[in-house]
Amino acid sequence: MLSVRQVSVRYGRSVRALQDVTFEVPDGQIVAVLGSNGAGKSTLLRAISGTLRLHRGALTGGQVVHDGTRIDRMDPAAIVRRGVVQVPEGRQIFTRMTVEENLRAGGLVTPAKRRAAARDRVFALFPQLAERAKQSGAVLSGGEQQMLAIGRALMCEPRVLLLDEPSLGLAPQLVSRIAGIITEINDGGTAVVLVEQNATMALRVAHRAVALEVGELRLSGTADELARSDDVQRLYLGGHAESEAEAAAAAEHRPRRPRLRVWSG
Amino acid sequence: MQTFLQVLINGTGKGAIFALLALGFVIIFKATEVVNFAHGSLALAGGYVVAVLKPMVGWWSAAAAGITAAAVLALVIERLLLARARNASDTSLAILTIGVDVLVLTEVVRRLGTEASPFLGDPYDVKPLTLGDVTVGRSEVVALAVSVVLITAFFAAFRFSPWGVAMRAQSENREAAALMGIRSSRVTASAWAVGGALAGIAVLFLATQDFSGGGLSQATHGVALAAFPAAIIGGLTSPGGAVLGGFVVGLTEAMTAQYVDLDFAKVAVYLVMLLVLVVRPSGLFGRVVQARV
Repeated sequence: MLSVRQVSVRYGRSVRALQDVTFEVPDGQIVAVLGSNGAGKSTLLRAISGTLRLHRGALTGGQVVHDGTRIDRMDPAAIVRRGVVQVPEGRQIFTRMTVEENLRAGGLVTPAKRRAAARDRVFALFPQLAERAKQSGAVLSGGEQQMLAIGRALMCEPRVLLLDEPSLGLAPQLVSRIAGIITEINDGGTAVVLVEQNATMALRVAHRAVALEVGELRLSGTADELARSDDVQRLYLGGHAESEAEAAAAAEHRPRRPRLRVWSG
Repeated sequence: MQTFLQVLINGTGKGAIFALLALGFVIIFKATEVVNFAHGSLALAGGYVVAVLKPMVGWWSAAAAGITAAAVLALVIERLLLARARNASDTSLAILTIGVDVLVLTEVVRRLGTEASPFLGDPYDVKPLTLGDVTVGRSEVVALAVSVVLITAFFAAFRFSPWGVAMRAQSENREAAALMGIRSSRVTASAWAVGGALAGIAVLFLATQDFSGGGLSQATHGVALAAFPAAIIGGLTSPGGAVLGGFVVGLTEAMTAQYVDLDFAKVAVYLVMLLVLVVRPSGLFGRVVQARV
């Protein structure tokens, strides 16, 4: 169990990024973290993974507890060794290394005798990566880079996987694929904290969800509860529609925006 | 032709030592983004330990102790000073290494005193080798052999070992490396230790009759400074470039000293560096950083 207890974070002296955020990630569950830009979602993951300092941020209050042990004072490497592993926003794969070397870098904390099995599991989950094992990370497409970033984190054999906007910049078809992969990873027993702006996808795969607004926790509950909540419908799912048919009907009656002249000819 | 071959071999041997120094310099820069201006002092301190221990324990043990001392000194500088100044900018840390350089240089020179500067290349110094019609310094030939072995070992480790993968990962993206469980402090400390050890090996050739015509002294520190243009010519971010830069510096010095003017040799190295920077501002193999603004 991962517990975030009344966590507050500041960047520098004046920028308050999180205030008294509390939620729990039960073993084997997916918890979605929703919120708009600047809500503090990435900061929350940095507070859990111990990387705030790299962004000149600091925990000013609260605790992050994993399986009964405080991890908020540990360095990022020690947190990874406990099995709490983050896939950062923007993938951040090592572009000057091959796909295989990226996975090796991910597997450095895994005992040597288990690395081959971990790599085989990653290749089974992402067959494209096996085909491109010798290629540089720089030549991969956005979707493949996201798969590599997730695969690299899986090489650490995580017990809790922190995913920061995995659908960002991906085509809808790939977003569905990533959602399926997250479910598959979770089926293997790994708990997932899924930070997403794509609330539709996040609430589809998650068991529980929380919503952040300007650094504070506004909503929390099961994914179903949040999906039905008016606030979530309005803020993250684009309306009050009870069904797809209603949404389609609403779209029909929505006034059309004026088109720019240069495009309308 | 005979003279040219002789100069070519001597220049390549000298270049091999500059390559070792520049490689150490670049390893430290890649791991920490700190320009280590104390690199010459690391070499000098290692050489001093060799000079002190040699009469007591013999050359081989003294050399091993000197290399270890240079590595430990580098480690101490990193752990005691740089690691504690985590929030300092890279520029401030580089200036800090200038301070360390002045301290170590002054102390070693004070300890060396005014007596004759000790030579450190006992097994190979002033024992010329005759290869056909060409006579060359044994120090240069041994230096070349040692450097080839060490540089090959380094690149194999850099490419294939867990240490090398961790080092490359950290030098590319420190945050992503940390998120993979790579211990930044260990990678950084090991880079400094390796850089120090390479400086400790280089000084065993720098303070020889064959190489510089002088023993261990303040001038050795000056000779070691040629690692800076070597690293800059090759590109501060490229270990391969550092090796190439070392050979460029060695050959430029040797050729200029023979065919132009002995005093002009040092200046020529910096002229080559300026030319390279005009054409390629990041050095021959340096990474060009692009930023979206």
